Amino acid sequence: MTTTKTKRRYTLWISARRDPGSRWFLGGLGLVSVGVPILNLMVPASSPLHLTSYGLTLIGKYLCYALLALAVDLIWGYCGILSLGHAAFFALGGYAMGMYLMREIGPRGVYGNPILPDFMVFLNWKKLPWFWYGFNHFGFALIMMFLAPGLLGLAFGWFAFRSRVTGVYFSIITQALTWALMLAFFRNDTGFGGNNGFTDFKDILGFNLLSDCVHVVLLVITAVMLGVSYLACRKIVASRAGRVIRAIRDSETRTRFLGYRVESFKLWVFVFSTVLAGIAGALYVPQIGIINPSEFSPLNSIEVVIWVAVGGRGTLYGAVAGAILVNYAKTIFTTSFPNAWYYALGTLFVLVTMFLPRGIIGLIPNRARLRGDSNEQSASE
Amino acid sequence: MGDAGHILDIHQLTVSFDGFKALNNLTLSIQPGELRCVIGPNGAGKTTMMDVITGKTRPESGTVTFGSRVNLLELSEPEIAQGGIGRKFQKPTVFEQLTVRENLELALAGRKSFLKSLLARMTAAQEDKLYDVLETIGLMEQHNDLGSTLSHGQKQWLEIGMLLMQEPKLLLVDEPVAGMTPQESERTAELLQSLAGEHSVMVVEHDMDFIRSIAKRVTVLHEGCVLAEGDMDQVQNDPRVIEVYLGV
Amino acid sequence: MRKSPPRVNGWILVVLVCLGSRAPLSAQSPNDANFLTQLGKLRDASYGDKEKIIEDLGASGYPNVRPVLRAMLEDRLYFRNSDQKVFLVKSAAQGDSTSLDLIDPVTLKSAGSASIENLTEIGINNHLRRILETTLARFGLSSPDVSVRLDAVLEIEKSLDDSNVALLRERMAVEKNSKVKKEIATVLALAALNDGSDPKALLNAIATLRGSLNTDVRNRLQGLLDRNPDGSYVESDAQVRAAAAEAVTTINHWRSFYSVIETFIFGLSQGSVLVLIAIGLAITFGVMGVINMAHGELMMLGAYTTYVVQLAMPQHIDGSIFVAIPAAFVVAGLAGVLIERTVIRMLYGRPLETLLATFGISLILQQLVRSIFTALNRSVVTPSWMSGTLQVNDALAITYNRLYTMIFTLMVFGALLAVLKFTRIGLEIRAVAQNRAMAKAMGIRSEWVDAMTFGLGSGIAGVAGVALSQLTNVGPNLGQSYIIDSFLVVVFGGVGNLWGSLVGGMSMGIVDEILEPYAGAVLAKIIVLVALILFIQRRPQGIFPPTGRASENQ
Repeated sequence: MTTTKTKRRYTLWISARRDPGSRWFLGGLGLVSVGVPILNLMVPASSPLHLTSYGLTLIGKYLCYALLALAVDLIWGYCGILSLGHAAFFALGGYAMGMYLMREIGPRGVYGNPILPDFMVFLNWKKLPWFWYGFNHFGFALIMMFLAPGLLGLAFGWFAFRSRVTGVYFSIITQALTWALMLAFFRNDTGFGGNNGFTDFKDILGFNLLSDCVHVVLLVITAVMLGVSYLACRKIVASRAGRVIRAIRDSETRTRFLGYRVESFKLWVFVFSTVLAGIAGALYVPQIGIINPSEFSPLNSIEVVIWVAVGGRGTLYGAVAGAILVNYAKTIFTTSFPNAWYYALGTLFVLVTMFLPRGIIGLIPNRARLRGDSNEQSASE
Repeated sequence: MGDAGHILDIHQLTVSFDGFKALNNLTLSIQPGELRCVIGPNGAGKTTMMDVITGKTRPESGTVTFGSRVNLLELSEPEIAQGGIGRKFQKPTVFEQLTVRENLELALAGRKSFLKSLLARMTAAQEDKLYDVLETIGLMEQHNDLGSTLSHGQKQWLEIGMLLMQEPKLLLVDEPVAGMTPQESERTAELLQSLAGEHSVMVVEHDMDFIRSIAKRVTVLHEGCVLAEGDMDQVQNDPRVIEVYLGV
Repeated sequence: MRKSPPRVNGWILVVLVCLGSRAPLSAQSPNDANFLTQLGKLRDASYGDKEKIIEDLGASGYPNVRPVLRAMLEDRLYFRNSDQKVFLVKSAAQGDSTSLDLIDPVTLKSAGSASIENLTEIGINNHLRRILETTLARFGLSSPDVSVRLDAVLEIEKSLDDSNVALLRERMAVEKNSKVKKEIATVLALAALNDGSDPKALLNAIATLRGSLNTDVRNRLQGLLDRNPDGSYVESDAQVRAAAAEAVTTINHWRSFYSVIETFIFGLSQGSVLVLIAIGLAITFGVMGVINMAHGELMMLGAYTTYVVQLAMPQHIDGSIFVAIPAAFVVAGLAGVLIERTVIRMLYGRPLETLLATFGISLILQQLVRSIFTALNRSVVTPSWMSGTLQVNDALAITYNRLYTMIFTLMVFGALLAVLKFTRIGLEIRAVAQNRAMAKAMGIRSEWVDAMTFGLGSGIAGVAGVALSQLTNVGPNLGQSYIIDSFLVVVFGGVGNLWGSLVGGMSMGIVDEILEPYAGAVLAKIIVLVALILFIQRRPQGIFPPTGRASENQ
């Protein structure tokens, strides 16, 4: 038993090294953040290896989705909280970024108004609504990208967990939440551009959003954020708090009788997850160039869950793999066989839940996997 | 509130579900260090009583006092657990997706807030304690196995082990030997007896042989109130108890 | 959706056509011949002659005079150049119409059509127009049919003049029906307001009018309280003004009372749709613990079934709904059983996975419908007996489709309760819901019961789809737009509690309807959602929570 003490002292880095999934994931992420700039900026456009602007945007999008999937996996895979409204937090982060980008357009809009975004001029508004103040400063917008989703998550989670709304009930009200937000954002007088949302962004911090170079930088930032978030999630699930969270997934009542405040554990993990989702949304908007209320649609949130399920929940890297795979499939389907996409997605939902409860990660032989995910402790035999 | 010296005082407790009185003016108290057995036919209110003590169910009327001062009815489940009452459920509920070690670690006494758990490290003393408990419950070999892989008896012990890690003043043990082999029951009996003295223990059980082997004092519940109380022989010869158990 | 009562004109026309078709049509009686001769004279008559002919026709009492004069007034009376016969046409000629549908003046039935060159209109001038109106009014007032008389009174109200007022006075003296009498009294009182010099007459008129609910009446009374530009009152008599003010208050009071009732009824009808959807969910959720995200799509299948049934029997649209209801039940029910047997069966005890899998199924069903019927909305014809409005009084009108939806919901609800209560399968369903293990031990084939339960819930979804197809367009997204609402109803009402779903759905509909005028439709939705989320926070188990040990299975 003397080994237990040293065993407990493993550092985060060692845990990642002993965990092949993390190794693959972090390695791949490094490769992307080095390879993409080279393939896009240094390889000449004539070369078949050149990465087009389209490809660049696509990879950036996948990485944002991967971060969103990570957020969902943290609460669903580890804590058993199935949020069917996470796209709402993603969209809130995106809107916070979008508001900054809109203010950044300044007098270059169609109507040339230096303060009011085009849609407000169009709606004949005379003055900027109070909640738009400050968004011309990037720093303020940055804070809001964390605060907007985080505070909503905090308020919502506080209500929900305190009154012990669990399981499918929680799923249903998160679905209702994102739906209500979608309805609200579709309205013109809510002040977020109605159903057109925000688009036609010009630049970010003075850098032109149309240039590939800026996109490459944004992509690398996204990759870094994904990596950092991944390690933070790893850190959480590897701590005792992570074990409490998994205990809650197993039996909430039992955990409570051990003296843990189940509500506060759930709440903090949930809030952390909403903030991650918000960051993902904030990084998504400048790369894609548009944000509109359809991001809040209930379908979006459920799709995220299926990415996680496909990849394999409760592993973190599985969620990332799932997000990228499903979205890659979606890109191919929607360009080549647009009518078949919903059949494919629907079938995926059914098949994965029925036959692949552990996702594709579950297909990888047991020995390699066991060390990484739910059994941090058993890292060494 | 409550007599000095009692670790637990239940006074005129009434709980009803849809008009059905699960507990009816129940009054019961436990001495420090005592090992008390509670028996009674199905529906006598044993589990409901434990639910009230641990904060899962709120009563209609009555008081429950812990350690002469603390009013348990005002506290939430985690607060009660933190305050020193541990519970072993009727159906063994260990965390199936956690290893034996992790199960025990979670039960460890101490501050249990989110931030504290996030940064928590096992101290040497805690490691030793964990080691001791693993030995006591005989699961040293299985310390890295998932809860779901344990046998029924092993789960029961793991749960008792979790109670030990919690270092409670009062242990509530619901049917500890259900589904155990005679050898396993015997070991459980020893375990519980060794716990009494340092802790107060309240055991609910159906198995009369088991109770005879451990009990000093027995309380018989019937229709939500105390029917008889005394040592095993007294209780077994009580005509009311015989009537309740052997049929009307 | 709120409609003002339809134009009285149209109403009268409908009544008239009905009335006309009730008239003896057998053979040409001498009366008919006489009538035709009179009509024939119209061809070459001068305006002066026409006036005479119209008066004669009016005095003749011949039943078809009314539709014919009405047609004349509306420029719908023609003669055919080829045989000089007089015909009514269905609708007046538009700029681009080349042929018109003819109606025989005696039988009032369709008599083919004729090109516009072959027809000559029988013209009228403004003087004749007035004559026609008065004649029609007099004719209407003496009709034996109460509703025709009522309509005639209302018609007169629009063009009050001395001769009309005299007509009404005449009629008042002989009128027996209290409703018509009241209406005449109102119109006469309005006329008195017009006259307006004698305070006593005015006070009497106001006393009569304060019982009315009509907006016109109220506005007229309100007009008595107006001031001239110089600040003096239009009406000089203070007593009259006070009476008018009091009458306006009374009318407003009653109108707002009825508008509350109207809101209530609208809310109930909105809510009954939700209830219809939610009870199907309540069964699958309550008995089997299954969240069926494809429930909305099963409902959509029901709506499309209605559409297909109508396509299959275009001649019997009115009756098609009675075929559609069982057909939709069977189609959706079978689809439900299929889903249960192939997918849900494998996922019992894993509610979150079930939710995801059924969501996948809902995507597949939506796309399936898009592939077969395209993504365009299909509109289902509302049977004639379900269209129109029930006009309770001037302030309260309910469209029949709302009314029928409510009745239908209650019938389905009652039927479902009866099935659960009095049939063997109902008993088994309840047994499995309460204690699956025990039910199994009693020899109930719980797998079969599950399939039947799911089929029943799905079948009800299909039936709900039939109801929805009457209220909104049928499209692939039909299910999605209601599913979240109805899940909230189920949660609100307490899981698996049918009465809870009923109360929950109805109250949600009413609250929605109450908020709508203040907050707008979308905002009202949001407020209801937020309120409901807060409610679920306070009472996570709904209005009627399950109790006892069964509820504590965590």
